[in-house]
Formats: sequence, structure tokens, C-alpha cells
Amino acid sequence: MQRIIVQEADFNAGAEIARLNADEVGGIGSFIGVVRGEGKIAALHLEHYPGMTERALRKIATEAMARWPLTGCTIIHRVGRMVPGDHIVFVGAASAHREAALSATAFLIDWLKTSAPFWKREEFLTGGSAWVEARATDEAKAAGWTK
Amino acid sequence: MKLLYFAWLREKIGLAEEDVAVPTGVRDVAGLVAWLQTRGPGYVAAFAQANLVRCAVDQDFAQADAPIAGAKEIAFFPPVTGG
Repeated sequence: MQRIIVQEADFNAGAEIARLNADEVGGIGSFIGVVRGEGKIAALHLEHYPGMTERALRKIATEAMARWPLTGCTIIHRVGRMVPGDHIVFVGAASAHREAALSATAFLIDWLKTSAPFWKREEFLTGGSAWVEARATDEAKAAGWTK
Repeated sequence: MKLLYFAWLREKIGLAEEDVAVPTGVRDVAGLVAWLQTRGPGYVAAFAQANLVRCAVDQDFAQADAPIAGAKEIAFFPPVTGG
């Protein structure tokens, strides 16, 4: 089962993990991304491409379910304005065994970073704002999964 | 054909989306970008660094040589930074 959500509201990670605890589950992996302040960020604005975003996330989840024997897989990404400490993304994967759950969780977040149409703009404590540039290290991490 | 622009491409062009009648000689994404750059300084600025522009044809990532015939929706945006 796939659960793909793009929303402005926060999510309840405990409830999402409980939802993945079904069928013949033996382990659940999860990752929560949090907005970093880095001593200079007042807020983060998340823009996305409605329609394509959901389509891209569904593809990533489908790929994870094809690569590992998962019973469930969840991706929740927030959009809009967030402040340091806020949750930004939740990914979770459930399987009969831990290896699949842990590997699929890492795959989901690595691929999401380079293959889903989201863009971050940082609003600085000193005023002004700037679009975040994509990092080559993220591209390399995602590419590592194509082997 | 509907064109969509996101993040700083939207800001430089000054539009989030527009409907355009693309000239018949324009066949692929690269051709579309070249034609858009003739439409004003905002477009020139948006597409000035080709290596920083990504494209999706009908909501799937597409390369510069992807054909655009029959496409309903083409989007241009910077490299993605979600997660």
C-alpha cells in the first residue's frame, strides 16, 4: 500500500508509523526531515509543481516497492512556509524484515531529493531571501541507487 | 500549449504560466527554449544558464532533445531541492 500526501499542515509521525504497522510487518523504517536554522534562517518556503509532484512521488514509491518486498510505503511532504524545527518531510517503509525497511527508507528520501519537483527558498534572519541551490552530493547519492 | 515556470524562472519571466502558440518549426525542448528567448529580456535572463534549467513535458522530466509535438503542458524550473 502506498500513501502519498503533499500538504501544508504538519504530520503526525507516530500515527503514520502506526498506519504502516499492518499485515505481516516485521519492521518499519522511517525518516523525518526537519527545517535547519543554521543560525541564519528565519523560515523556509517550499514551492512545488502540483500534479507532477504527486506523480513523481508515486513513481518513487512504486520503484521502492518493486525493489524491496514492502507491505507499505508512505511519503508526506509539506509545502508552504516553515520555520526551523518544523517537520518538512516524512518517509516510511514497512516490510517483514528490517533490511528491506531500512534500505527502502534511505532510497525514498535520497530519490525524493533529486526526482520530485520541490524548490526551497530561504528567508534570512537579517532580511532578504534566496533560492536554495541543488547539491551535487544529493545527485550522487540518488545516482548510487541506480546500480 | 501551456507553459509553466517555477521558482526563480517564474520570478525572472514574471509569469507562473501562459498559453502560447508555438511556431511549427519548433520541434523539441531546446527549440522551445530558443524560441522563448526571443520573447523578451525576462526569458533571456531565465534561460541564460542552460545547465541550471530543468524541463518536464506533460509532468515527466524531459531532456533538451525531447520532442514537444502533442504536449499539453511543458514546465521549466531549476534543479529540485526538496526533502
